[in-house]
Amino acid sequence: MRVMKELLRQPVALFGILIVLTVVIAALAAPMIAPFDPDNQMFDGLSLEGAPLPPGGPFLLGTDTLGRDLFSRLLYGARTSLIIGLVANGVAVTIGLFVGIVAGYVRGFFGTLLMRFTDLMMAFPALLLAIVLAALLRPSLWIVAMVIALVNWVQVARIVYTETRGLVERDFIMAERSLGAGHGRILFLHILPHLMPTAIVWGTLGIATTVLLEATLSFLGIGVQPPQPSWGNIIFESQSYFQAAPWLVFFPGAIILLTALSFNLVGDALRDILDPTQRGRG
Amino acid sequence: MLFLRRLVQMALILLGVAAITFVLLYALPADPARMIAGRSATAQTVANIRRELGLDQSLPVQFWSYLSNLLQGNLGRSYAQKTEVATLIMARLPATLTLMFSGIVVEVMLGLTLGTIAAVRRGGFVDRLVMMASFVGVSAPQFVVALLLLYVFAATLGWFPMSGYGTFSHVVLPAATLGVLGAGWYARMVRSAMIDVLNQDYVRTARAKGLSSRRITFRHALPNAVLPVIAMIGIDIGQFMGGVVVVEAVYGWPGIGQLAWQAIQQVDIPIIMGVTLTSALAIILGNLVADLIAPVIDPRIRTR
Amino acid sequence: MFKRWLRNTTVATMVAIAPVGTMSAMAQGAPQQGGDIVVTYKDDITTLDPAIGYDWVNWSMIKSLYSRLMDYEPGTPNPVPSLAESFEVAPDGLTYTFKLRKGVKFSNGREVVASDVKYSIERAVDPETQGPGAGFFGAINGFEDVTGGKSTTLSGIETPDAGTVVFELSRPDATFLHVLAINFASVVPKEAVEAAGGDFGKSPVGSGTFTLKEWTIGQRLVFEKNPAYYVKNVPHIDKFTVEVGQEPLVALLRLQKGEVDIAGDGIPPAKFLEIKNSPDGAQIIVDGAQLHTGYITLNTKMKPFDNVKVRQALNMAVNKERVARILNGRATPANQPLPPLMPGYDKSFTGYAYDVAKAKALLAEAGFADGFETVLYSTNTDPQPRIAQAIQQDLAAIGVKAEIRALAQANVIAAGGTEGEAPMIWSGGMAWIADFPDASNFYGPILGCAGAVQGGWNWSWYCNKDLDARAVAADSMSDPAKAAERTATWGKVFTDIMADAPWVPVINERRVVAKSLRMGGADNIYIDPTRVINYDAIFVKQ
Repeated sequence: MRVMKELLRQPVALFGILIVLTVVIAALAAPMIAPFDPDNQMFDGLSLEGAPLPPGGPFLLGTDTLGRDLFSRLLYGARTSLIIGLVANGVAVTIGLFVGIVAGYVRGFFGTLLMRFTDLMMAFPALLLAIVLAALLRPSLWIVAMVIALVNWVQVARIVYTETRGLVERDFIMAERSLGAGHGRILFLHILPHLMPTAIVWGTLGIATTVLLEATLSFLGIGVQPPQPSWGNIIFESQSYFQAAPWLVFFPGAIILLTALSFNLVGDALRDILDPTQRGRG
Repeated sequence: MLFLRRLVQMALILLGVAAITFVLLYALPADPARMIAGRSATAQTVANIRRELGLDQSLPVQFWSYLSNLLQGNLGRSYAQKTEVATLIMARLPATLTLMFSGIVVEVMLGLTLGTIAAVRRGGFVDRLVMMASFVGVSAPQFVVALLLLYVFAATLGWFPMSGYGTFSHVVLPAATLGVLGAGWYARMVRSAMIDVLNQDYVRTARAKGLSSRRITFRHALPNAVLPVIAMIGIDIGQFMGGVVVVEAVYGWPGIGQLAWQAIQQVDIPIIMGVTLTSALAIILGNLVADLIAPVIDPRIRTR
Repeated sequence: MFKRWLRNTTVATMVAIAPVGTMSAMAQGAPQQGGDIVVTYKDDITTLDPAIGYDWVNWSMIKSLYSRLMDYEPGTPNPVPSLAESFEVAPDGLTYTFKLRKGVKFSNGREVVASDVKYSIERAVDPETQGPGAGFFGAINGFEDVTGGKSTTLSGIETPDAGTVVFELSRPDATFLHVLAINFASVVPKEAVEAAGGDFGKSPVGSGTFTLKEWTIGQRLVFEKNPAYYVKNVPHIDKFTVEVGQEPLVALLRLQKGEVDIAGDGIPPAKFLEIKNSPDGAQIIVDGAQLHTGYITLNTKMKPFDNVKVRQALNMAVNKERVARILNGRATPANQPLPPLMPGYDKSFTGYAYDVAKAKALLAEAGFADGFETVLYSTNTDPQPRIAQAIQQDLAAIGVKAEIRALAQANVIAAGGTEGEAPMIWSGGMAWIADFPDASNFYGPILGCAGAVQGGWNWSWYCNKDLDARAVAADSMSDPAKAAERTATWGKVFTDIMADAPWVPVINERRVVAKSLRMGGADNIYIDPTRVINYDAIFVKQ
């Protein structure tokens, strides 16, 4: 609760939270707010020559190249992007926590082996790996989320490992151990809670990255399957129209930017609050 | 001795990358022999091509022959082009390296400038503005920014060529795209490193003694930021390899990103392997640089 | 009169014909000599090796770099002798004798002789070359031995002297002259191939209208005119530079500024309307028909597509006009497998009209009054996913719920060639375009029994033995007197296929190329049915 209060005090973080909330509410309420069905290719949605319509009239933000309402698609796209962001990130953080804690706690040969494996994964060119996997599997919402998770867990693992290493050396852990506490107890009751702040911070920052990565994958044509809208694949379908129908690129782009930005701001503010050593360093 | 150990570790990591990529590509449903044979080929032709490429052998055998070729410095031949993969990569590597280098230069220059300003005017409006801008940069989708810059500066204003490679003006927009977006990280790093110094007692003493702000900033605070920046560059190099795919695509930059993209479409396995290994090497080297510098910055970090 | 005689025969007598060059002069406008032009493409050129190269981009360049025994009149599907001065065909259709022109030289200085022709074709068939075109030469004696690896020479090609090549066929083949005009039959010098160390494609040596002067991988290729080409005043331009890695949109912007002369990837849909309506639009846009059909394959081996009523119903459910509109009118709705330009196309055939009510009724008759669920595959390059979505909406209107899978091309191809995997595939982006202008090319791999195998291209897994027999019979009619009958037989085969409806033919897409104002020549040399871009015939208006 202290965290909440602190967060609300900083204007920048406040701004971030507001945007995040707006996006989340819009996504949840999409079926109620959206004026049209996002997949409905309307005959009137295109001009006489078959070109997308600019913002105006019944179409708040214009239509896309198949005559579908952009505003409705963006609303539903929020769902897609957020689900992927949450799922992918959640999985990434979980894996990262697990690997990092085990490697940091166990140390010795097994620990080193785990970290070497992490190094190995880190050596993979992330985007290339994502492209290869997504292009060559059958992309669906879940596959895309998995691919992103596979690419992102490494960073979390590294940080968690370093922190765990530091924690393990601390006196109170040694005290617990000498008192006879089992490994499980130590891990769950003592180490994990200390890592929660890190997990939360990275989780929040990670959503920004996953939203961007999903958009990039969709932009390259290997993201969410049509006709399901995602912010990235709306731009993908319309990229060559950026002169003829700039609203099709500008609006989704702006939304991606705002959302990622907000998560970044919130995550950064959280880091300031939860980790005193980082305070003031920005 | 330590160096040797590092070298061995690097080699093992590369081996791991090669193995995992190879297995992934092997497990694909897509059939490279089919892709090469094209649509009018008879079953016999497809079978012949498969045999010629060694694709009818088991996974371990294929991997072993790839590995033995690799150790002799032979990256194999492209399935579709029959050209040696090494030739293709070497032809395009300079372009990607140029882009990477230019991008980093822009990032660092911009980052140093912004970070210094923010640190000096800490807490003020300018500080907040700079930090906000750096966040925006980091949060923006690369391809949208690239399209935007292309449209405004090249297509409409005509200040720069729209695509191509070879002169300074060709590199400006792509480097700017990469640089502007990545400068944020550097700005924040520089800012925090400088603030560290500016908070120190000896700086306060120096200021009390009358030393000019500028002198303090440039002679004491700024050098403190250099090492972290270098460490960051190391990690950045690794990120770049994957990140240039989008920029290269939008600007028609003849780099490795385009090569990889086309190869993936055609299931041209030797090229995909070659590019992955090259990128992995770059990442490992970059991390190595960062790791070597780390203890110099912060002696508390024990070398493992 | 002369032209029609040529078109309808597969030539039985000696034909000494005027050089190909003068034919182009008979076309519109007198071409002027000179000029350097710039052509752009997005994808890098893979190879210029005629035995291997098989994509849209390198097809035209290979055509111009090398010469072949036969070639086509510019902009038409009529084969005429090229490297050969004359030829004759034995009455039984099993022996073809060609007399080579004298004095034709490779770009390395050596004269082209009969043994070069033999070497080149053997090379195209040899498994070691890994060429996609080996199968085309299947009628030549000794083919089985070479593809089976038992021999490296084709016993069916003889070279009695340096200026004569004799082909012995194992069966009459009505398409043989087309086969000798296809890129895979291009003549290459053995010493240059061996000197290239396995990558002849990057350092080509030919005897065509142009030679490759420079190749900077990933950036540009420079082709220069061959001043010693055996047809006078061909080619017309002095040089063409190919710039690769160019986004189509950017290429177009540069074309409008005058930096680019031909935008090889055409006009992206986004710019199409804008350019069409601009004052220079008519001269910039070259819009031509190609031998192309875009279709949806229905997997006859998977339920419920094994029921012909269901297939017919789907044929009536797709709004083809709307798909054509999504392509900005650069396509016309299709009702049969063959494209309009192909001999054998039946103008009077109406096929299945768009009728949602009737489609629903048919479905109900087949027992699917409530529709069913299925999967529609497509490639993931724009505009194919959009077209797939349009089709999806049409199908939903009759109760068929199709899930779309937009995958990389290689994956769609793999899925199509796996039995029981892909119920419906929208062929856009991989649609069938004829290798040469003959109806048989539209049958074998995609609708014949031979293609309905693992890894095959017959994605509807359709196998009608009766039609197969008729197809084989049609192909052995190599007697020129029977040409009209052969064309009619083929036409009937395809319209009869529509009764079974293994496909939904959707559109015949036209090819659109953008050329700058200074480029001259009739439209059909920029969209040449056999060459794509005919570099030999285009010219710059001085």
